[in-house]
Amino acid sequence: MIPELGQVALSLALAVALFLSATSLYGAQRSSASLMAFSRPAAQGLALLVAFAFGCLVRSFVANDFSVAYVAMNSNSALPLHYRVAGAWGGHEGSLLLWTLMLGVWMSAVSLFSRHLPEEMTARVLGVMGLISAGFLAFMLFTSNPFDRLLPAAADGRDLNPLLQDPGMVLHPPMLYMGYVGFSVAFSFAVAALLAGRLDATWARWSRPWTTVAWMFLTVGIALGSGWAYYELGWGGWWFWDPVENASFMPWLCGTALIHSLAVTEKRGAFRSWTVLLAIFAFALSLLGTFLVRSGVLTSVHAFAVDPKRGVFILGLFALFVGGALALYAWRTARIGLGGSFSAVSRESLLLSNNVLLAAAAGTVFLGTLYPLALDALGAGKISVGPPYFETVFAPLMAPALFLMGVGPLARWKHSGLPELAVLLRWALAVSFVLGMLLPLALGTWKPMVGFGLFLALWIVLSSLTTLRKSLRQTRAHYGMVVAHIGVAVFVVGVTVVKGYDAEKDAALRPGESLELGGYVFALEGIANANGPNYQAARATVSVTRDGKPITVLYPERRIYTVQQNPMTEAAIDTGLTRDLYVSLGDPLERGAWLVKAQVKPFIDWIWGGCLVMALGGLLAATDRRYRFNVKKETILAEARA
Amino acid sequence: MSARALWVLGIFIALVMLLAVGLTLNPREVPSPLVGKAAPPFELPLLRDPDKTFTTKERLGSVWLLNVWASWCVSCREEHPVLLELAKTGAVPVYGLNYKDRREDGLRWLAAYGDPYHLSVVDPQGRIGIDYGVYGVPETYVIDKRGVIRYKQIGPVTREVLAQKILPLVGQLSRE
Repeated sequence: MIPELGQVALSLALAVALFLSATSLYGAQRSSASLMAFSRPAAQGLALLVAFAFGCLVRSFVANDFSVAYVAMNSNSALPLHYRVAGAWGGHEGSLLLWTLMLGVWMSAVSLFSRHLPEEMTARVLGVMGLISAGFLAFMLFTSNPFDRLLPAAADGRDLNPLLQDPGMVLHPPMLYMGYVGFSVAFSFAVAALLAGRLDATWARWSRPWTTVAWMFLTVGIALGSGWAYYELGWGGWWFWDPVENASFMPWLCGTALIHSLAVTEKRGAFRSWTVLLAIFAFALSLLGTFLVRSGVLTSVHAFAVDPKRGVFILGLFALFVGGALALYAWRTARIGLGGSFSAVSRESLLLSNNVLLAAAAGTVFLGTLYPLALDALGAGKISVGPPYFETVFAPLMAPALFLMGVGPLARWKHSGLPELAVLLRWALAVSFVLGMLLPLALGTWKPMVGFGLFLALWIVLSSLTTLRKSLRQTRAHYGMVVAHIGVAVFVVGVTVVKGYDAEKDAALRPGESLELGGYVFALEGIANANGPNYQAARATVSVTRDGKPITVLYPERRIYTVQQNPMTEAAIDTGLTRDLYVSLGDPLERGAWLVKAQVKPFIDWIWGGCLVMALGGLLAATDRRYRFNVKKETILAEARA
Repeated sequence: MSARALWVLGIFIALVMLLAVGLTLNPREVPSPLVGKAAPPFELPLLRDPDKTFTTKERLGSVWLLNVWASWCVSCREEHPVLLELAKTGAVPVYGLNYKDRREDGLRWLAAYGDPYHLSVVDPQGRIGIDYGVYGVPETYVIDKRGVIRYKQIGPVTREVLAQKILPLVGQLSRE
């Protein structure tokens, strides 16, 4: 009964979505207040219906209803409760439902926090979002229904993929989807502005907080995914340039460019046409990511639904939404007009360079991800593009972007003198250069790349702080920018140091034996059985000492999940501010020995810490006073005119 | 409509076309470099009678299939009924390569599920598997009269693959 209710709710939601987009878009075109009056309640009703359907799916998971095919595929009666809840988005159908639910959340947020917008704008934005919802609801109902029944019902489920049985699974997808889907708001604002033929500073101001919040969620989502891969895959890597990771990284790069470009459009009215394209691209790349994950066109650890029918449907949606928006852009672009002029050294020109570099970075990731597909499509053979390509092309693009991050916030709008900037920044430059060259010595050996990375990180921090030198009384948005930039610096430190100094060693150890790595002694004390609710495991006790002093005791595990018979490595990690000790247990070898892999990863936690600091910066910026939704419409308009 | 906007639209359409072509391809289907090359020769003991051996030379002059299987391989159970049907038709002899397995387990498995093989040879260490580039069991090779590999099926042989690829190829090769 419950699954049928969910099914009905989804069908109703599709009807409401179509009704919403029809009345809102048509109503806005005719300026009909009575038609536009439907848009807010319809958007909220749509969100409630999808939330109800989602509740039904979770309920089926919790109640172990294996007559629902999706539950039978992704759950098991022995699965612990919290993973049964998270299992709702552990497979293709459920993650689409989560996607749609997030879209509903964003739509309700727009409907609630848009009192200060003109009715036509709100109606158009909600109408476009309704259209996107309708597309995804139809996708779900026609090709991937999570409520399909399995007759006869399965006696027990096939269990959730063991890789997904992790706390990371509970948080990573919702955060990532909030980010992906959040870019639909910026997209809808852009399309609404194109429909109205009004792309101006006010449009940019309305889009900014939404874009920043979406970017913030995406940042946290990507960081969680990376951290999860780090401890769950058992290799100790944190980024693999996997096509699906790239699929989340491309919208991030594009969204970062969009945030900066929106700033110029709001303050100076320039870059309008470019900003609107970025808003379209950020969401297009999110959709492309969905396509890549869902269609199976690329091989990836994440690609779990290989069904050509689904691929065709989602490609159709992609072509419709993005193609439609681009056609609209092409039609309206003549009316967009140019903004204020600026000289070669100015905040505009620096932000333009930032945009070019970020867009080029997104482009290289895009090429690397789709190149194997393109070659294959041309019948030119099968290849795979791996980390060497990405690292080679990515670092040279990012280094100048990082350097400019120090200069941009200090440059004036319109025109800035180079001598003036040099005077402001000479101390930051000198100190960061000297420290950057010396610090690698303190970490062990001197390596040029480490020195360069640390120099850039210090440069960002010191130059960001320079913007506060004149006065600490800055807007919250300014502090948000400073914090986010410092987050980037923290991230750069983590990446640079771990790349320069991480160490690893594999050894076959019998209980009582030990291995030495980077001054630490890892001793295998013993191996015992440690069975869980749905797996059997061997758990090693590894004590770590340094100079005879005990540091910690780690318990890495090797698990076999009973239902799918997959072996899994559960690494044990001792986390620290300046280093992680990472031990994973490999296969049992002959004569009672086990393969033990020990790694020392200096500063690795700074990578995720940096991402969280960036997200915090985004939160500060998005909650700046001038975006407060209760601010009277008049004051906003007055400020915009000023 | 500006030239720039047209460029963007054009690139977008090209991308959609690329993705549409991509949908028709299977990224997991890796072409084997061995197709078109001579099958690596081997001489291995028989599963049922370890004192006797089989060598690939014996098969020169006729078309045959080499199927890599193991008792621990779950997907092998999936293709097993298809192989049994094939054996019944006698269209082409199937030779088994029992891969990284224990003899008792292999024999017990054949006793339980039926034996479609003309004969099976054992490769307990997987040496021959390396020569043949086996990276997942089951795999099936179609070898022609001159001892050249003409087709490689990675993963279970399905009725579709058998009817659409393997049997037509075998027919054509037998006439060569």
